[in-house]
Amino acid sequence: MAVAEAHDLYRARFDALAARREATDPIWLAPIRARAMQRFVALGFPTTRHEEWRFTNIAPIAATAFAEPSITAVDRSTIAPFDVRGMSCTRLVFVNGHFSEALSSAGALGAGVRATNLATVLAVDPGLVDPYITRCASDEDQALVALNTAFAHDGAVIHVPARTVVPDPIHVIYLSTTSGAPTVSHPRTTIVVGDQSQVKIIESYGGPDGEVYFTNAVTEVVGGAGSHVEHVRVQRESLSAYHVANTQVRLDRAAVYAQHSFVFGGALARNDIGAWLGAEGIHCTLNGLYLASGTRLVDTHTAIDHAKPHCESHEVYKGMLDGASRGVFNGKIFVRLDAQKTDAKQTNKVLLLSDDATINTKPQLEIFADDVKCTHGATVGQLDETQLFYLRARGIGEAQARAMLVHAFASEVIDHVSLEPLRDSLESTLLTLLPKAALIG
Amino acid sequence: MLQITNLHARVDDKSILRGINLSVKAGEVHAIMGPNGSGKSTLAGVLAGRDAYEVTDGSVTYKGQDLLELDPEERAREGLFLAFQYPVEIPGVNNAYFLKAALNAVRTHRGQPELDAMEFMALVKDKAKLLDMDSGLLSRPVNEGFSGGEKKRNEIFQMAVLEPTLCVLDETDSGLDIDALRIVAEGVNALRSPDRAVIVVTHYQRLLNYIVPDFVHVLSEGRIIKSGGKELALELEDKGYGWIEADGAAVARG
Ligand SMILES: Nc1ncnc2c1ncn2[C@@H]1O[C@H](COP(=O)(O)OP(=O)(O)OP(=O)(O)O)[C@@H](O)[C@H]1O
Ligand SMILES: [Mg+2]
Repeated sequence: MAVAEAHDLYRARFDALAARREATDPIWLAPIRARAMQRFVALGFPTTRHEEWRFTNIAPIAATAFAEPSITAVDRSTIAPFDVRGMSCTRLVFVNGHFSEALSSAGALGAGVRATNLATVLAVDPGLVDPYITRCASDEDQALVALNTAFAHDGAVIHVPARTVVPDPIHVIYLSTTSGAPTVSHPRTTIVVGDQSQVKIIESYGGPDGEVYFTNAVTEVVGGAGSHVEHVRVQRESLSAYHVANTQVRLDRAAVYAQHSFVFGGALARNDIGAWLGAEGIHCTLNGLYLASGTRLVDTHTAIDHAKPHCESHEVYKGMLDGASRGVFNGKIFVRLDAQKTDAKQTNKVLLLSDDATINTKPQLEIFADDVKCTHGATVGQLDETQLFYLRARGIGEAQARAMLVHAFASEVIDHVSLEPLRDSLESTLLTLLPKAALIG
Repeated sequence: MLQITNLHARVDDKSILRGINLSVKAGEVHAIMGPNGSGKSTLAGVLAGRDAYEVTDGSVTYKGQDLLELDPEERAREGLFLAFQYPVEIPGVNNAYFLKAALNAVRTHRGQPELDAMEFMALVKDKAKLLDMDSGLLSRPVNEGFSGGEKKRNEIFQMAVLEPTLCVLDETDSGLDIDALRIVAEGVNALRSPDRAVIVVTHYQRLLNYIVPDFVHVLSEGRIIKSGGKELALELEDKGYGWIEADGAAVARG
């Protein structure tokens, strides 16, 4: 399918949905969607001529005529691999972008806390999302965000009022599954955390291995003054799937936000993560781990925007590339004129496990204030020979020593997640993906 | 137990060991002293199998086998232990987990059954007590953030757990406080037996007050230029290396 046809496909589908939208969407949403559709058509799918997509060719996405999914219900066993065993939580499950009440379950939420789904909110309580949708993630120059805005009809909506501690974590599971033909979903997550409130949220994306589908996700997070948010993203899509996700976070004064992003799946996975530090005293952490093998491509673009003084950001990204896989990492840090006393630290480490794996990594610091502390470090390489020798000199075989070091490299990111059952789950996923993992454990 | 004959080794293009001859029998303690950069750690590294060093001539026989043919892990399983001058930090690898993997690799090689977690912990507690080691260090990543002295103590602790037959201690005394030096030396002495041997690399006589050597060798510019009994160490402490090096140079010139 030519690119122009791809646009026509989405345009036609958008027009066909118009009547149904009129029945389900609140009035204010119609112009937002119409404009988003326009922006998508105007911008088109990004190509490698775009600076931000130089190393990531999404032509396979543009060239596939993804259908609207027909499956909206699955049984519990399909969800199981993406669930976190032993974690008491509120669970919101979406199947191909449709909320599944049957698979979802309630945990301890606290008074006034809403953990619900967008379709319901739009139907009965649109005021809950009106002030937030498209406020963090802009349709202006992000074609795929615009496409999501045009089509998204469901996704998690989490709303924590001020001064509320949510006891149980909230786990949002986006499952994709096809009946053969490739399908697309546009999950839209809205997270609003009030002043002084605390919550832990996990977004999981997954689908059965071998299936071809396209997840085009957008997540918007608003962290109020003094709020504490731990946000974990676990991407375990089918290894044949396409996953493009844009997560935009806006933080208010003294907010503490920590994101841990794990990319384990997808034939082509692109994560855009942005944090806007728009007031003083914010602590923002963006950590991530990505694994790729075969011919997979994993691309992460992060942007931390220090707009005000006295904020701290910490970023540690680790990638592990095997086979003929490719990795792309771009870490932007903006420190605006006003953002004196900024403390920003970025670390990016890539472990190449094969000679054919490649990485394009680039820190991008743009600093306009003069009294700031900004550091970044990037390393790309193989396992450390002196560490390897030390282990072997104690009797540990070479293969096991390598497996131990590879595991250590990756598990450091997992260690920062505060929820123990989730750490265990991530750890066991990791063990299924590491080469020679049978030698450790 | 160990027979080193005319050993030559180099790093890149720099020749460092230039004809080492040394014979170590079971039950013996040998001290190797010598100026900075003379090749002591290189010798220890060659024995342990570090592949940054290229052996260009000579041979090393250990317990009747050609040591240089063995991989580092095979040497360790055969009972060779190197206490590193600079123990390596390994973030993300838990100290206890690492040591259990090492011990079980060695035990399997010796035809002994692997220890389970309970048995291992019991053994480790015992050995930690022997070395007065803070058991908190066990649950931390290998050497990461350990103080200089803690790292050295951890080396000897590993040695106590693995019970090797040939112990090579590379400046284990440096960085240890006075009490720690005594404790570590006692740990080494506890391992001494008629079928074990120890090679101690050190700059100072003090350690040799605790671990009394049968032989003292002076390594200079990649060669052993003088050997003697434990009194040689006292003499070196007194006079430094200059006088032997001058002699050695005279000998080398012939
Ligand atoms: N990887 C290397 N590359 C280049 N030179 C090296 C390397 N390793 C050792 N050398 C050199 O070989 C020589 C011997 O080093 P070695 O570490 O064996 O000395 P040493 O006797 O243990 O000294 P010290 O008492 O200071 O520990 C030194 O000049 C050192 O710089
Ligand atoms: Mg040395």
